Amino acid sequence: MISPESETALASIIKTSRTPFKVQGGGTRPIGTTSATSILSTSGLKGVELYEPGALTIVAKAGTPLAEVEHVLAAEGQRLAFEPMDHRGLLGTDGTPTIGGVVAGNVSGPRRIQVGACRDFLLGVRFVDGQGNIVKNGGRVMKNVTGYDLVKLMAGSFGTLGVLTEVSLKVLPKPKSTGVLLLEGLSDEQAIQALSKALGSPFDVSGAVHVTKGLDGSPVTMIRLEGFENSVEYRADKLGKLLDQFGNFSLETDADKTAAGWKWVRDVVPFQGREGDIWRLSVKPTDAPGVVDSLGDTEALYDWGGGLVWLFVPKNSKISASDIRHAVSHVGGHATLIRGNAETQTFQPLPETLEVLQAGLRRQFDPQGLFNPGLMGAKK
Amino acid sequence: MEMPEPDPSILKRKPEIIRRLKDILSADAVISDLSETRAYECDALVAYRCPPMAVVLPATTQEVSDVLMLCHEMGVPVVPRGSGTSLAGGALPTRDCVILGVARLNGVLETDYENRFIRVQSGRTNLSVTGAVEDEGFFYAPDPSSQLACAIAGNIAMNSGGAHCLKYGVTTNNLMGVTMVLMDGTITEIGGAYLDAAGLDLLGLICGSEGQLGVVTEATLRILRKPEGARPVLIGFDNNEVAGACVSDIIKAGVLPVAIEFMDRPCIRATEAFAGAGYPDCEALLIVEVEGSDAEIDEQLGIILEIARRHNPVELRESTSAEESAKIWLGRKSAFGAMGQINDYMCLDGTIPVSQLPYVLRRIGEMSREFGLDVGNVFHAGDGNMHPLILYDANKSGDLELCEDFGAEILKLCVEVGGCLTGEHGVGIEKRDLMSHQYAPEDLEIQMAVKDVFDPQWLLNPAKVFPLTSSQSRRVA
Repeated sequence: MISPESETALASIIKTSRTPFKVQGGGTRPIGTTSATSILSTSGLKGVELYEPGALTIVAKAGTPLAEVEHVLAAEGQRLAFEPMDHRGLLGTDGTPTIGGVVAGNVSGPRRIQVGACRDFLLGVRFVDGQGNIVKNGGRVMKNVTGYDLVKLMAGSFGTLGVLTEVSLKVLPKPKSTGVLLLEGLSDEQAIQALSKALGSPFDVSGAVHVTKGLDGSPVTMIRLEGFENSVEYRADKLGKLLDQFGNFSLETDADKTAAGWKWVRDVVPFQGREGDIWRLSVKPTDAPGVVDSLGDTEALYDWGGGLVWLFVPKNSKISASDIRHAVSHVGGHATLIRGNAETQTFQPLPETLEVLQAGLRRQFDPQGLFNPGLMGAKK
Repeated sequence: MEMPEPDPSILKRKPEIIRRLKDILSADAVISDLSETRAYECDALVAYRCPPMAVVLPATTQEVSDVLMLCHEMGVPVVPRGSGTSLAGGALPTRDCVILGVARLNGVLETDYENRFIRVQSGRTNLSVTGAVEDEGFFYAPDPSSQLACAIAGNIAMNSGGAHCLKYGVTTNNLMGVTMVLMDGTITEIGGAYLDAAGLDLLGLICGSEGQLGVVTEATLRILRKPEGARPVLIGFDNNEVAGACVSDIIKAGVLPVAIEFMDRPCIRATEAFAGAGYPDCEALLIVEVEGSDAEIDEQLGIILEIARRHNPVELRESTSAEESAKIWLGRKSAFGAMGQINDYMCLDGTIPVSQLPYVLRRIGEMSREFGLDVGNVFHAGDGNMHPLILYDANKSGDLELCEDFGAEILKLCVEVGGCLTGEHGVGIEKRDLMSHQYAPEDLEIQMAVKDVFDPQWLLNPAKVFPLTSSQSRRVA
């Protein structure tokens, strides 16, 4: 494994390399496969470069452990609002998740429904392209339309366009309290209806989840509210009334319990350590229950009000990748294989025109095909 | 501001080009008469004008595709145009170009309250998107001050912001999908009514690409439920530095206002003379607005006021009624008009780290004396998005150039302190030649390499965004 300790060292490695790299941060999120075997890691590029709590901005080198970033922010009562998940439990990996890895995967948790994804908080990047050039885009200010937005492009590009060396992010204050409305026993359709109603209310919902099998085996629907204590109580009361047709929601406000509950959702704990494939489907929320139902024998965790479906397909199931892809593209959306057969294409195949644009961009950023060949888009 | 010389071989073929455009569009959708193209000679950067060769107003995505395919085949540059409200010259024509206006594409295609999105044609105005959903209690969040006139197409091209983006984000954070036509006429769809489109984030790349990568004809936009209420407070200070510290303390306290607006003394005085909003005559004024139920608003404002008091404000004004709220906003909303009544002005939108606010304001004051031009500052303080308004006299020879030089110095200052040239207006032609102050040649090269993928011949809005010397070899190739 090569893990240079400076941006310039990284650039000169890339400049002189003729063999492709498997690009990674801490290596805890091995989503998809590449034909490259030589690992190029950013874990040697460490450190928070700048943190201004009053400006809600943090700048860190790509290999900075995520835990360190979160620790620094917590000391000032702030956080990464997009709630990046920890993939280690689900993918059975160990190692240290890095902030660069979060950005490369556009890793965004339950709060994405309210505040946006990682890409929405990413203010600037520095990276090394496939020719060994050090490139910067964006900056450290919250509004920036100076030139093309390569910042968004780099988020979620899984290391296929360049090797991130530094990222700057917008952060947000941590709310004083959290309340979670809970209801057991709803069908998937009812639950999504309830969540849609909650998300379409003025009560600022920061998490909207339905699990077909909760801790005790029955379906559970959860709605999260965050803010000042009185405000959480007020909104919980209003939402309870708004949703009374679905049943009586109970309210949990214990800080430890609510935090643990949302970590359980964020890290997809119910599917951890079980034999089978795990898919991540992005669809229109009201289409989600139909898609899941049409596939048959699966378990689903609906996040983002139904817009994100974590799907568990048990081992030896007859449901194929193409069944899933077909069900999703039939209603509009896409499916990513997060854990499963390495022969299956990880990402949803794109329409021809987009495939051509994507391949064209990759050629421009990485003309020699040094970064993660075979990952994302590239045809088998 | 330099623009490239028109290509004589294109100008020579004008009759043929017009004839072929008329073959594919209805007669009233092709404008080539000089008296009629006048309306398209400039956008809101009125200091620069140029008649286009022709203007086309297609009414469908297919017509947009037909026009682009033809122009692609004939090698004719195309300048896309929303409503022409760009402050950066994003829609400025060249003499050899066809202006492609999307004004006739203004329909609502789908509204879905359960899934919280609206799909519209891109010529629809920003405010009328909210207009289409407000009866159900929803709104479209990005609110550029030109929202009555500006089109969604232009909002996407420039990644427009607004006063409330501290909480709701800018266009790119509210855009879920587009139908876009590439320069060769290919119609493509990216994203849709679901979150995070598949593959590389092309949606994020297109948003803010200033009409250089494709022409967006339809957009899927996120809509939100309106908050129960909103209320502003006005806080006056006798010192910019203290006002800046107050902004920073409010943000640190964990309250997230929807807007924090800042005005300096020259701007306060101008708006008072113009609108009479009853603002105090002080050095710096903040308007902070929060949302929620009455009780929630009271709680948040309580915290904000307590912080403000610690900074010894000269004025603290809480609104107790809708009229009082309107009066607090009145001066801010009339600021541009007020400055415009004094003289011609140039409005910049460089963005800086909030911590640099006091220093940058002091430097702008010093430069104002050096250049002999007055400047007022009004801006979105929560996110450091400045709006210095430099006053000049368009009828006085040399004044515009002096103003532009002054503006360039302010923008260079913004970059120097860790900020950027433009926070929400875009580069266009206005800041094109300053790009090399923010970006190294490699940074610009890879951006231009992106355009090569979408538009290899550099026919779409070619003379914008990048310094002409940097893009020269690609434009003439």
